[in-house]
Amino acid sequence: MTDTTQIPSASLPTADLVGGTVGDYFSLMKPRVMSLVILTALVGILAAPGHIHPVLGAIALLAIAVGAGASGALNMWYDADIDARMARTAARPIPRGRISAEEAFAFGTVMSVFAVLTLGLLVNYAAGAFLAFTILFYVVVYTMWLKRRTPQNIVIGGAAGAFPPMVGWAAVTGSVSIESLLLFLIIFVWTPPHFWALALYRMRDYDRVGVPMMPNVAGPASTKKQILLYSLALAPLGIAPYFVGLGGLAYLATSTVCGGIFVWYAWQLFQIAGDDRESDAAARRLFGFSILYLFALFLVLLAEHTVRIVTGG
Amino acid sequence: MDKQEEGEKPSAEWLRQRRLRSIAIALMLLVLVALFYAATIVRMGGNVLNRAI
Repeated sequence: MTDTTQIPSASLPTADLVGGTVGDYFSLMKPRVMSLVILTALVGILAAPGHIHPVLGAIALLAIAVGAGASGALNMWYDADIDARMARTAARPIPRGRISAEEAFAFGTVMSVFAVLTLGLLVNYAAGAFLAFTILFYVVVYTMWLKRRTPQNIVIGGAAGAFPPMVGWAAVTGSVSIESLLLFLIIFVWTPPHFWALALYRMRDYDRVGVPMMPNVAGPASTKKQILLYSLALAPLGIAPYFVGLGGLAYLATSTVCGGIFVWYAWQLFQIAGDDRESDAAARRLFGFSILYLFALFLVLLAEHTVRIVTGG
Repeated sequence: MDKQEEGEKPSAEWLRQRRLRSIAIALMLLVLVALFYAATIVRMGGNVLNRAI
């Protein structure tokens, strides 16, 4: 093919659209969110009772990760208008003009279908159906319905981010159980203080685009109180896996210490009145630690279950 | 008639990106085929040889 090739006008890029690179498509899948999904789903797979062939386990994990990435792409497709006006999201591929919204929609849809079919056909139907439900919940319930309508958006929508360990668990057992529900609950209760800490120091961004995050609707003081209450619920919930046999002593120690630090940061934030720089700094500290908290808990669970499997325990 | 309707000569950079994307799609399809093959073998296990002659 020479450089004089003419291509159909319908497939031409717009003036400022040079065509997305493979990297642009990868970033469309929200790789940082995907990394947390991989970790939590892997814990679900390893902690579940019973046995899954390692090849099928790897396929399940890949399908769950791709499904999560696909729902991220669909989220970026739908939210492209507000992403372009927020500092945190303005550099995403669609606002930057690297990928068109239509391409993102097609990419997200195709990847979703492939992920669900792969998990359903190769692992089990229950896990496939669960993954389909998770993607639909994130895209339709959270992104399209709740996000722009209610300050409880991330409370209810947070369920989508909490499902992966249950999907991983279902990939092994074909069902749900109290233990997998506990893993779900930890992420579910963790989501509001995590997101509201971010929303506190991004208030102006959310205000500009009209997304009714809790600080914008109820005010910083009420949000800080709710963050503290959720943190107080999260700390004991984080320790609970030890008492149902999901976590060992290392997990008990980690979740106790990290839970205490989480509550301490939430308490510090609660004590700062207003929304000045000091408040922003405390919110950033809590937001940063919240990520560390969830990674730490699930990494310890991962390590403990890996040791158990390797040693045949 | 705007540029899109007229058709436009794609730039070398645009063509390069397109080629890379096509290669990535091909690789993904190959991975998918490999996954289905591996899963089939794993699921059938020893039964692959256990058939009427």
